Amino acid sequence: MSHPTPEQLEQAAKETLAGLEARTEALKPKERMTIPAQEMPTQDPLARRGNMNEVALGYSTEQARIEAERCLQCKNAPCVDGCPVRIDIPGFIQAIADGDMQKSIDIIKRDSLLPAVCGRVCPQETQCQAHCTVGKALKDVNKAVSIGRLERYVADYEREHGHQEQPAVKPETGKRVAIIGSGPASITVAGDVRREGHHVTMFEAFHKTGGVMVYGIPEFRLPKKIVQQEIDMLQAMGVEIETNYVVGRTRKLMDLITEDGFDAVFVGTGAGLPKFMRIEGENLVGVFSANEYLTRSNLMRAYDRDRADTPIYPSRKVAVLGGGNVAMDAARTAVRLGADEVHLVYRRTEVEMPARVEEVEHAKEEGVIFHLLQNAKRIVGDEQGRVTGMECLKYELGEPDASGRRRPVEVKGSEFMIDLDTVIIAIGNDSNPLIKQTTPELETNKWGNIVVDEDGKSSIDRVYAGGDIVLGAATVILAMGEGRRAAAAINRMLTGG
Amino acid sequence: MIRVEAPLIAKERRPGQFIILQVEHDYGERIPLTVADADIEEGSITLIFQTVGRTTHQLAELEVGDAITDLVGPLGQPTHIEKVGRVICVGGGIGVAPLHPIAQAMKAVGNEVHIIIGARNKDLIILEEEMGRIADELIVCTDDGSYGRKALVTAPLKELCEAEPRPALVVAIGPPIMMKFCAETTRPYAIPTVVSLNTIMIDGTGMCGGCRVTVGGETKFVCVDGPEFDGHLVDFDNMMKRLNAYKGEEDHHHEEYHCKLEQALGEKS
Repeated sequence: MSHPTPEQLEQAAKETLAGLEARTEALKPKERMTIPAQEMPTQDPLARRGNMNEVALGYSTEQARIEAERCLQCKNAPCVDGCPVRIDIPGFIQAIADGDMQKSIDIIKRDSLLPAVCGRVCPQETQCQAHCTVGKALKDVNKAVSIGRLERYVADYEREHGHQEQPAVKPETGKRVAIIGSGPASITVAGDVRREGHHVTMFEAFHKTGGVMVYGIPEFRLPKKIVQQEIDMLQAMGVEIETNYVVGRTRKLMDLITEDGFDAVFVGTGAGLPKFMRIEGENLVGVFSANEYLTRSNLMRAYDRDRADTPIYPSRKVAVLGGGNVAMDAARTAVRLGADEVHLVYRRTEVEMPARVEEVEHAKEEGVIFHLLQNAKRIVGDEQGRVTGMECLKYELGEPDASGRRRPVEVKGSEFMIDLDTVIIAIGNDSNPLIKQTTPELETNKWGNIVVDEDGKSSIDRVYAGGDIVLGAATVILAMGEGRRAAAAINRMLTGG
Repeated sequence: MIRVEAPLIAKERRPGQFIILQVEHDYGERIPLTVADADIEEGSITLIFQTVGRTTHQLAELEVGDAITDLVGPLGQPTHIEKVGRVICVGGGIGVAPLHPIAQAMKAVGNEVHIIIGARNKDLIILEEEMGRIADELIVCTDDGSYGRKALVTAPLKELCEAEPRPALVVAIGPPIMMKFCAETTRPYAIPTVVSLNTIMIDGTGMCGGCRVTVGGETKFVCVDGPEFDGHLVDFDNMMKRLNAYKGEEDHHHEEYHCKLEQALGEKS
């Protein structure tokens, strides 16, 4: 696989940009569509197998400006319909084309509080970019304008140029809001509620803030310093943070309102209960949930074997079950931790994989072996109860199921074995039951998600919820969208009452 | 044994619950420890631990007035405390620590509480006096006979199972192998037997699943479904294998620590 170096990409971009700048008249849409789509510069695949540094390095200024010139500035802006928080996408892209990066980021920030994060982890090809006219005209969603990379470019530009301004906080209202969890939904609510002058306390169960962005998403995909900067910003605004505090255990949710004097509570505790396959051998030594494997490596820094006290299993042959971003993260982490072979086993085909296209590409480049239309039947172990292999079954695609995806059907008699020492299960998460168990009056649905109205309000007055605890396992941007909605409702409630 | 200032936990904790702590914020590990006692007025909890890994060694080195960087809890489901009649509390080694608040609560609701505590030798017997204050009868055993009765805890347990009135409940906490054999001892008598499991865990809130055990053929999470389970249903063999997952690393830390310690002592002298 050819891998252009960042230098080659920058050189090509300089030439292209010079050509564009030499033009005196405006580009016609047809001409814009001939501008080469800008590839994301990345760390060399071989080199990055041995480090935890970010893989995607970000566009150069030239690349960003060229990519922005590819945008047709459609009047009806179909891309905006694909964005869960309806960012003015043509607006911010035009500002990049004009070279006004600060204006560009200001436009994004009207609707999104976490552009540096979303630019990196949003599944753009199924959201904004799926609707892009350029991609449609070129009959390839991967040739759509790279909206996400441009978003990341301007967010990074702002951060690196030190222009990041602290949002203004209105005079203190004396009202107090408790926020449970410190992931994307909670960060959003904390910011939006604090701006209105309400006192905000954020409670986090772990010893570090950031939720899934810190324990789940690895450094090579989302550097922790970016998340930390968002938290630092909240603290600079006056948000109080209590780590090592499990609401439901350290203090009951209702006690926060009835005894501790909080006027409103936002629950953003996420989808933190790993699903297992319910197959034979799943409790053998060497079988992990992706949550456990990633938490050890990310939050507890077990990848740094010389310094970290938390051990991580010494794996040589690993299989990861699942086809989402978490599965890719786990597989790519195993590669970096030195496994000789990493297999990714998914029961549908690559088209149905929920993971971002870029992550799938990166995983392949790094040598992850894909087993499509296959699934685990049972895991086998030795006398010490350690994993020695996994029996798999082959599948074929049948009729579409409720999700619209073609249902995988097992091929009878197709069993075969893979030799392994580690199995990582990445088939999703259920909602964390802790708040539900300890707050019986809180209404939840059959999946354990908190039931909320269109304002994000739960069955209990003054208690709101959002993010994965409401949606089931979803994305950072959806969590943020939910957070904004709940924050607006909390602000209305506090000012009205 | 250490007493730690943690007023919220002291107030909320119930018998059977545990905490997770970390001695070093960035690179330290999170370890679960049971709460042996709490003083609401003083706002403190008492933790008892055995030095086995790096964190417990670091913990043992802390001096009065030092702070623990991260401590979270109380975690897990509290023990179900009810007046049932005669209750046998069996504690082995360090397991006597979590047993203490449970025995206390069992007694407080009016049960007749018989306590059996055991350890490998005399030096490893803990909380004898405290347990003696709670118990209607206290039996102390050591494996080597250096103190109390020379027996495994299962011997007096079996006698009590056969005595009248029959025990209504057995609570056994200690090394997995001890809990397994306590459960096997009570099984023929069909006496409900609660065990408290101390598995490997990271978050303690249900998020990682590292603590999972097989109970009655189903997978359960010790941190949110437990730590207490029906001892007759727990797959102890699988649990013990899982506890050994990182054995190599732990032994290494233990040895490394003692090497360093000897080196340091050598330098001092």
